Amino acid sequence: MDQRHDAPEIDPVTGHATTGHEWDGIRELNTPLPRWWLGIFYATIIWSFGYWIVYPAWPLLTDATRGVIGYATRSDITVQMNELKAQRAALAAGMTEATPAQIKADPKLFQIATAQGKAAFGDNCAACHGVGGAGAKGYPNLNDDDWLWGGSLDTIMQTLRHGIRVAGNDDTRVSQMPAFGRDGLLKRGEINAVANHVRELAGLPTEPKADLALGRKLFADNCAACHGPAGKGNQELGAPNLTDAISLYGMDMASLTETIGNSRNGVMPAWGGRLDETTLKALTVYVHSLGGGQ
Amino acid sequence: MPLFAASRKVYPQSVSGPFRRAKWLILFLCLGIYYLLPFLRWDRGPHLPDQAVLADIANGRFYFFFIEIWPQEVYYFTGLLILASFVLFLMNAVAGRVWCGYLCPQTVWTDLFLAVERFFEGDRRERMRRDEAPWSADKLWRKSAKHAVWLVIAWWTGGAWVLYFADAPTLVRELATFTAPISAYVWIAILTFTTYSLAGIMREQVCKFMCPWPRIQAALTDDEALNVTYRYDRGEPRVSVKQAQKLRAQGAPAGDCIDCHQCVAVCPTGIDIRDGAQVDCIQCGLCIDACDTVMARIGRPTRLIAYDTETNVKRRMAGKPAIYRPLRVRTLIYAALIVVVGGAMLWQLATRRTADISVLHERAPLFVTLSDGSIRNAYAVRLLNKRPQVRPFALTVAGLPGIRIDAVGIAPTADLRPVVTVDPDSSREVRVLVTVPAGVPLEASQAITITASDLFAGETVRATDHFMAPGAKP
Repeated sequence: MDQRHDAPEIDPVTGHATTGHEWDGIRELNTPLPRWWLGIFYATIIWSFGYWIVYPAWPLLTDATRGVIGYATRSDITVQMNELKAQRAALAAGMTEATPAQIKADPKLFQIATAQGKAAFGDNCAACHGVGGAGAKGYPNLNDDDWLWGGSLDTIMQTLRHGIRVAGNDDTRVSQMPAFGRDGLLKRGEINAVANHVRELAGLPTEPKADLALGRKLFADNCAACHGPAGKGNQELGAPNLTDAISLYGMDMASLTETIGNSRNGVMPAWGGRLDETTLKALTVYVHSLGGGQ
Repeated sequence: MPLFAASRKVYPQSVSGPFRRAKWLILFLCLGIYYLLPFLRWDRGPHLPDQAVLADIANGRFYFFFIEIWPQEVYYFTGLLILASFVLFLMNAVAGRVWCGYLCPQTVWTDLFLAVERFFEGDRRERMRRDEAPWSADKLWRKSAKHAVWLVIAWWTGGAWVLYFADAPTLVRELATFTAPISAYVWIAILTFTTYSLAGIMREQVCKFMCPWPRIQAALTDDEALNVTYRYDRGEPRVSVKQAQKLRAQGAPAGDCIDCHQCVAVCPTGIDIRDGAQVDCIQCGLCIDACDTVMARIGRPTRLIAYDTETNVKRRMAGKPAIYRPLRVRTLIYAALIVVVGGAMLWQLATRRTADISVLHERAPLFVTLSDGSIRNAYAVRLLNKRPQVRPFALTVAGLPGIRIDAVGIAPTADLRPVVTVDPDSSREVRVLVTVPAGVPLEASQAITITASDLFAGETVRATDHFMAPGAKP
């Protein structure tokens, strides 16, 4: 209660004491806030001093106060990352034992593998093959049913582990299509004839003046050994099927003459040493599940 | 010097009468339901919990008797909240703050805590006298016993709360053997503290300072709503019983109010209802009981304080008869809204399916050309099974000639329908490939329908999405 010797002014209408404050003829009634309310309010202020001491709080010129318990968001993250790693390890435990085929057959492992594979794909593969494996010119689309080196779990794993045309890797996938133009194996007109024959094989329109008979003969002599007499390709050799609706480098005349003249020898890194076995398996199962797996 | 004047402690006096009896009845009913409901069983079959009301946070399910709500159906709770607001508005338009006076948990628990206080410390005068007296052994044991019983009630209140979030008998056993999850103990501690401080210590101050409803209610009410009202047309001028008899004998006007302050003494928020309708009044009707007792004793008609309207007091002052109009535009609109929202929810509940399908088109790539020239799109299809049995769903697709559906990792049946089995009361996502053969003329985007049919129960759910083809822009 107000202990001042001057008695508080009493508002005549309500009979309440006023605070003595007046604005434009309106006097403020002294309506009490409850003590517990004020108590909590003061307590929060005192509590804040604790924060200033315990946690990093005050910015200094080049740094900030550190707080007495050494708390930092960075150390929090380290702890959380370690917890996450431990959690993942438990999930991945089942996958270390199983083969890709066994993983695919077990719905629970399959779910974990595709989730892990998707993440690993985003980190390592998406740069070339695109998010979701859509691919681009020169980078195979992993969603379709056309495979240069085979689309079974084993062949995918082999390609992943050893890469394609990786120097120094004995098990890497190697196919060497000669650069028929650059190496002087075929003349410009002959390359044009072969390109026209390839379009003929694929059921695409050929140039009106094209020498298809020459093209057919040159294809049989130079290309059929790998691509087959009908151009159906050979996965053992990594020779693409030239008659289907999918091509890695394009089936227009300009792309075909470039391919025949200078060859194409795309390289994929070997992931065997870079990613652990479990991640390789997860990637294999994920890529297989994209829709093209055989 | 304090910043503000200290608030005055309220010592509500005990009272008896019809309104007090109604409050006791509601108190026992509400607390009985609250404390016992978690122990009510409800058989849902072998895979599901058998607790009638259960919020299973870990598994993302809410069970309310025969209703089972999944996380994506929380709009039912939105509906319930909307419904609750309209019911509150309607109650307010018809009979003021009946919620505050009878049903609000703050009122119910405060009533219970006051009863405990009265049991140990006596009624109003005795409590006031004891509080002013110096500390003694008698005062100490009475106060301690009161706080101890308060704490037990508060603890049991928090204990009952956590039982709604796990199997009650199991959790009780775990709590007793100190093997329950730590969060259970934390919640009990929090609710023990809030119940003890809100119902035991803060009491009417919660209504006056913390609760937003008095302010909202003041904006929603009108002169036609029934409120606890002092009938000043009958009560004024206030004179003593003797004075009144003398005045009436002379034929002069005399009010019925004898200024005995009983209505003030019993008020749990410590107000004087004779000052008119006010924001501090929770309209519990205890002042009516108190005044009626006094009126009966001095031989005057009861209900000098009553549930009445501002309009009627004015009408009687003007010599006109009282009128009651519970059917007003306001109440009819609220009632209509309650019927509409409640009806919509019931309809939704009655027609809700026990299976559901959601389809998400994969964007990278939008479509794939296969080696034979056919076009294929991929979708993430999620199937929901809300039944307690394993259900096989056959997937079919329609919308384009020759269109075919495959599910990754699932062999199709003889009629080329992949059959996806979904575990009881769970959902399963499958990657689905939809292929249209080469030669079918395709726009950049066209609508298709994916259907999932339960092979046994025959329930069918479908979803439409787009099939993208060359020319489509990502």
